[in-house]
Amino acid sequence: MKEFVYSRASGLSDLTAGATIIAGGTNLLDLMKHEVMTPEHLIDINGLGYDQIEEQADGLRIGSLVRNSDLAAHPLVRNRYPVLSRALLAGASGQLRNMATTGGNMLQRTRCPYFYDTRMDCNKREPGSGCAAIGGITRNHAIFGTSDQCIATHPGDMAIALRALDAMVEIDGKRPRTVPFADFHLLPGDTPHIETVLEPGDIITAVTLPAPVVGEHRYRKVRDRASYAFALVSVAAIIAMDQGRISHAALAFGGVSHKPWRDPAVEDMLLGQTPSADLFAKAADLLLEDAKGHEGNEFKIPMLRRTLMAVLHDTTGMELTA
Amino acid sequence: MRINLDINGQNHDLEVDPRTTLLDALRTHIGLTGTKKGCDHGQCGACTVMLDGRRVNSCMTLACMTEGSSVTTIEGIGSPENLSTLQREFVAHDGFQCGYCTPGQICSATAMLEEIRQGWPSHASANLEGPFDLSHEEIAERMSGNLCRCAAYSNIIDAIKAAADASKSQETVA
Repeated sequence: MKEFVYSRASGLSDLTAGATIIAGGTNLLDLMKHEVMTPEHLIDINGLGYDQIEEQADGLRIGSLVRNSDLAAHPLVRNRYPVLSRALLAGASGQLRNMATTGGNMLQRTRCPYFYDTRMDCNKREPGSGCAAIGGITRNHAIFGTSDQCIATHPGDMAIALRALDAMVEIDGKRPRTVPFADFHLLPGDTPHIETVLEPGDIITAVTLPAPVVGEHRYRKVRDRASYAFALVSVAAIIAMDQGRISHAALAFGGVSHKPWRDPAVEDMLLGQTPSADLFAKAADLLLEDAKGHEGNEFKIPMLRRTLMAVLHDTTGMELTA
Repeated sequence: MRINLDINGQNHDLEVDPRTTLLDALRTHIGLTGTKKGCDHGQCGACTVMLDGRRVNSCMTLACMTEGSSVTTIEGIGSPENLSTLQREFVAHDGFQCGYCTPGQICSATAMLEEIRQGWPSHASANLEGPFDLSHEEIAERMSGNLCRCAAYSNIIDAIKAAADASKSQETVA
């Protein structure tokens, strides 16, 4: 690990633009050990007090320092936003969830092996150096929204549920603002090293959830082992039915893109319809129309299709037939 | 930099480089070598300790960030003369072969049983609201952050189940 200066922030004025923020540290310290990230100044924000979960008139406000385990176990989250509890519990290990924070989890970096290996070309780690993943081993790479500069995925689970829940991100700094979760993460394009809309000196203070949708919440994750592994594909779903028709459909997908993926056209196709295997197949066709595999991850296309179909059957109470 | 923390009930004042992990501080600065270094990247769980009562990977924690905290390591859980219930059951059920992962397994399981007492759900729980019976699947899921390269998993699970049952019957007696 490269040398760095360590200090603790006691207020926002302590956050200098050139410094790197550390909270749970579960991803950052790993990247520092690999010397993928080499901050010169670490600022510990654990003393800033953003660790409350507050009920609001029209939803929930989750402080950015709330630990993953506390968020997953919180009675209001379990009861009103079960897709979020489920996504959190599907991620990492008990030890890591005790350390990882809401803000940090959103900002975790890709697990692309070429990003982690400092001997390899990576436009995300070293802009302009190239992408060794393209033409390389691509098992965990993206099928949506890739560019010829980067095919990495966002590795998170929590973020996929927050995308389906239409969360908002509260940011403090020079320009305090609230950003829809949908706009928070960026596609790689020509600048894969820029992953979010955060600017130097910004800090995430909270994530807010709108009023809960009463319906079926699911987080279905497919991975190489039963626990403690990143998603090959995952589906966060919130589906409500009214008189036999789909009245609310929110579907977000993990393991498939540089950001939590969502396709409003797929949801529009489902809304107001009576559930049927035919409808679900058409929705999956539409979702996967623009999917593009890279040899090693071609399998994700049929896998995402089957996972989506299974979740739609499950949430609408339909028997899954072969 | 100087840090002060409580380790197994004893106050320690340490001078550490900011890069020092809690794991290295425990092993090389204090000489508590019960906590093991496996992968050093938060993937194996051999370094698990309890930080303010919660299980964490000490390899993924900077010592300087634990100022004022209280740490419990395997040395604080029991001694050869006075084993904890979990330690006794690991012996009784042969919950190890080489033993390298065992301190982490026991620290992790000690905290995990407390998480269940607090009513925390897991990925394996059918219902997020509980009840959480200590099935094979529940224990395996909740302990997935601790790897055992000897693959003593089935005996580890039996030991944890026996320890949970023992403390439950003790509570009933009390």
